[in-house]
Amino acid sequence: MANVTLRNVRKTYPGGVDAIKGINFEVADGQFCVLVGPSGCGKSTLLRMVAGLETITSGEIDIGGRVVNQIEPADRDIAMVFQNYALYPHMSVYNNMAYGLRNRGMAKPEIDKRVREAAQILEIVPMLDRKPRQLSGGQRQRVAMGRAIVRQPKVFLFDEPLSNLDAKLRIAMRVEIRKLQRRLKTTSIYVTHDQLEAMTLADILVVMNGGIVEQIGNPLDIYQKPATTFVASFIGAPPMNLTPLNAAEFASRVGNGGTLPGAPSGAILGVRPEDLTITSEATPAGGVGYDLTVEAIERVGAETFVYGAHAHQAETAAVSANPGELPPGEIIVRVPGQAAPAIGQRIKATAPLDKLHLFAADGRSRIDL
Amino acid sequence: MVENEGIRRYVAHAILWIGIAVVAFPVYLAFVASTQDNALIANGQMSLLPGGHFLETYYRTIFVGTSGTTREPVGMMLFNSFIMAMSIALGKIAISILSAYAIVFFRFPFRMTVFWIIFITLMLPVEVRIYPTYKIAADLSLLDSYSGLALPLIASATATLLFRQFFMTVPDELLEASRIDGAGPFRFFKDTLLPLSRTNMAALFVILFIYGWNQYLWPLLITTRDDMQTIQVGIRKMIVTSDALTEWPIVMATAILAMLPPVFVVIVMQKLFVRGLVETEK
Amino acid sequence: MQKQSVFTSRWLPFALIAPQLAVVLVFFYWPAAQAVLQSFLLQDAFGLSTTFVWFENYKELLSEPGYFASIVRTFVFAFAIAISSLSLALLFAVMADKPLRGVGIYRTLLIWPYAVAPPVAGVLWVFMLNPSLGVLARGLRELGVDWNPLLDGNQAAALVILASAWKQISYNFLFFLAGLQSIPKSVHEAAAIDGARPMRRFWTVTFPLLTPTIFFLIVVNIVYAFFDTFGVIDTMTRGGPAKATETLVYKVYTDGLLGGNLGSSAAQSVILMGIVIVLTAIQFRFVERKVTY
Repeated sequence: MANVTLRNVRKTYPGGVDAIKGINFEVADGQFCVLVGPSGCGKSTLLRMVAGLETITSGEIDIGGRVVNQIEPADRDIAMVFQNYALYPHMSVYNNMAYGLRNRGMAKPEIDKRVREAAQILEIVPMLDRKPRQLSGGQRQRVAMGRAIVRQPKVFLFDEPLSNLDAKLRIAMRVEIRKLQRRLKTTSIYVTHDQLEAMTLADILVVMNGGIVEQIGNPLDIYQKPATTFVASFIGAPPMNLTPLNAAEFASRVGNGGTLPGAPSGAILGVRPEDLTITSEATPAGGVGYDLTVEAIERVGAETFVYGAHAHQAETAAVSANPGELPPGEIIVRVPGQAAPAIGQRIKATAPLDKLHLFAADGRSRIDL
Repeated sequence: MVENEGIRRYVAHAILWIGIAVVAFPVYLAFVASTQDNALIANGQMSLLPGGHFLETYYRTIFVGTSGTTREPVGMMLFNSFIMAMSIALGKIAISILSAYAIVFFRFPFRMTVFWIIFITLMLPVEVRIYPTYKIAADLSLLDSYSGLALPLIASATATLLFRQFFMTVPDELLEASRIDGAGPFRFFKDTLLPLSRTNMAALFVILFIYGWNQYLWPLLITTRDDMQTIQVGIRKMIVTSDALTEWPIVMATAILAMLPPVFVVIVMQKLFVRGLVETEK
Repeated sequence: MQKQSVFTSRWLPFALIAPQLAVVLVFFYWPAAQAVLQSFLLQDAFGLSTTFVWFENYKELLSEPGYFASIVRTFVFAFAIAISSLSLALLFAVMADKPLRGVGIYRTLLIWPYAVAPPVAGVLWVFMLNPSLGVLARGLRELGVDWNPLLDGNQAAALVILASAWKQISYNFLFFLAGLQSIPKSVHEAAAIDGARPMRRFWTVTFPLLTPTIFFLIVVNIVYAFFDTFGVIDTMTRGGPAKATETLVYKVYTDGLLGGNLGSSAAQSVILMGIVIVLTAIQFRFVERKVTY
């Protein structure tokens, strides 16, 4: 049991590429921390630095009160689950789990006890004598977890462990990982690019982009108060609608005279699709209203997504192209159920003031309304 | 497909049988000759069916030798060939897997230089540098020794490249998992890399054993003592230009014995052999 | 070229490469360098003094009519061996690629001669075609051929080519079969649906797709004919009669061993090295294509 602290951690590759540009955060003992971000954001590199598989250019990584920068992976008291599981193909399931313990010179009965315990928890007892190639993807995943569990390490590290599984199994394993972690109370750091996985697993969520941390916090806090436009569009699906405003437009769109202090010219307005309502009534006081032409409809059963082009297309083209963000000029509205307008129909979608998000023109900070 | 029915199929069978006949006939004839009487063969009266001298000829070949030419028992030559083939195969695999391990799994100064130094040896067979190599072997007093027979033939890169290619396909995560599991370079090599390389090592062994067994020019130069002769060299010395002196049944029995080990290896380990051949030539 | 994840150690990698490096330096680079150096030196008749003579050895060698003849002869041998064994092997491989009953046994029975050593191949054929007692020689004489390879240079050459090509069939067969099996079945089926009859399908679909294998094998066969025929020649004809079967490698051997002309032998070695390097370079180009086609 331990907490993990990162202090101003940087990674620069020999070619001069900055992969990690100074990261600080702390994972408290027993917490489940998820690093999420688009591919290439540095989340895997950061995890591998914690594991000791990548060197640290500067800064400190501290596991359980000990700076581990110069310590070999084997001596950091961590265990890791890899994306492709990295099981030893020539060893039986049993030996895959026992290998790390044997290398540490643990006594045979103790190894046996731990391996059987872990196999019990993961329900892979019947497979102990099989080779990895005789197992299904989900079973291999469990063995990889088992290999981590038997070590009883201070920290579990997961590197996109579910991305090789099919959708259904992924959800099942996600729930299991969470249950397991609650039971073992081992500090965990989990890397994923899947925001849904991140939201459901994390005690503490770290959203990364371009080698820096965009926001750290409780998943729901992040969802409700994204700190930057990147976070706003990355967390939540479909992503938040973002439209830049000039002062005059802001006044005209935000009802009731639009007296919002501190809303600078060019600020970016954000509304989540689920906060928009299709209505024929007037825009609520202080809220926002879009006049839309319906371009596409996606019905997924319990809800329906309406894609509409709004009238002020020309002014929205300047929104920076962050991954996951909408094409300029398009607004998504989430409607519960299956009823939806027809394609080509002109509709009005509104949201009240307390559902609006406002960001500075560069998208790097949030302006509280 | 439908066309494969009927007459085409018979033609294919026929062609393949002809092929097998072409390939096997000389060997069959050698076997027949090895079971017949020398006088009959020398007269050009040889029969095309096996004769009754099988045991006698093979006993004399293995334990006694020819009475006129080499006078060395072939048993000794078989032993020498076996030692040479084994040393070449095992020696090459051993030094190659180590250097490939260093080149792929370590980063060190002059890594690429070392790689190229080894790689270039692919280009030149021993035949083109035969005399200087002979001179070095002589200077190191390796003439008439098993190390002299084997060492210069170990000096090539085929096996190193094969292992390198294979090691490159081993996923990075396996090494990382091993490191987290507390395995250093020695343990990783012993517990993970060697077991994973088993098939490749076996395939390579088959190819190298045959290669070593069938060497001719180098053993011809480096062995002067009769008791160090390999079977390939011995058989050549049994043939004399004046036909009358050549004891054909013994020569043919020697030929059969010389073929037996490598042919056995090819047939019994056909899968490994094919794999080894295709991989090393890539 | 290199793994992302590696071990770090100052001394271990050097210890690991040391054995191979030592063997390669002592038994490969040193002799190769000696051969090059030797080719620029001339020894006096008693071997007491050596002088540096630049390209004198090469000049003398290239003005020697016997050397030029040997080059031509070697290439003739190489092409004769390559063409005859390649075409037979291709025929057998195409047949063995069909879904026939017992095809696995056919394959096994066709590949084992790979394991026969060149000198043994030479012995087998020299016995069958021995003018006074050979079984095949008897047949030839009955057909009216005046068969005597001990005196007739062309017949001796044919003998060497025959034995060498025979031994190489199985090697070529194996690679052709691998090449054929790597052609997806669907391509044949598409061609059949496009109305190509079997013969036409072979020449328009199979053969073009096999060209990388064919080029690769041509180079390998030429290298084989250059070097591995030494054992065949030495057991069958010993370069004779009247040098009619003296290839470049055999000449290096005889000039060095019997003639004691080390300078010339070394110059020949260097020229051979040049030829092999060119052949290998060509092979690497085609091997690359083999991978990407």
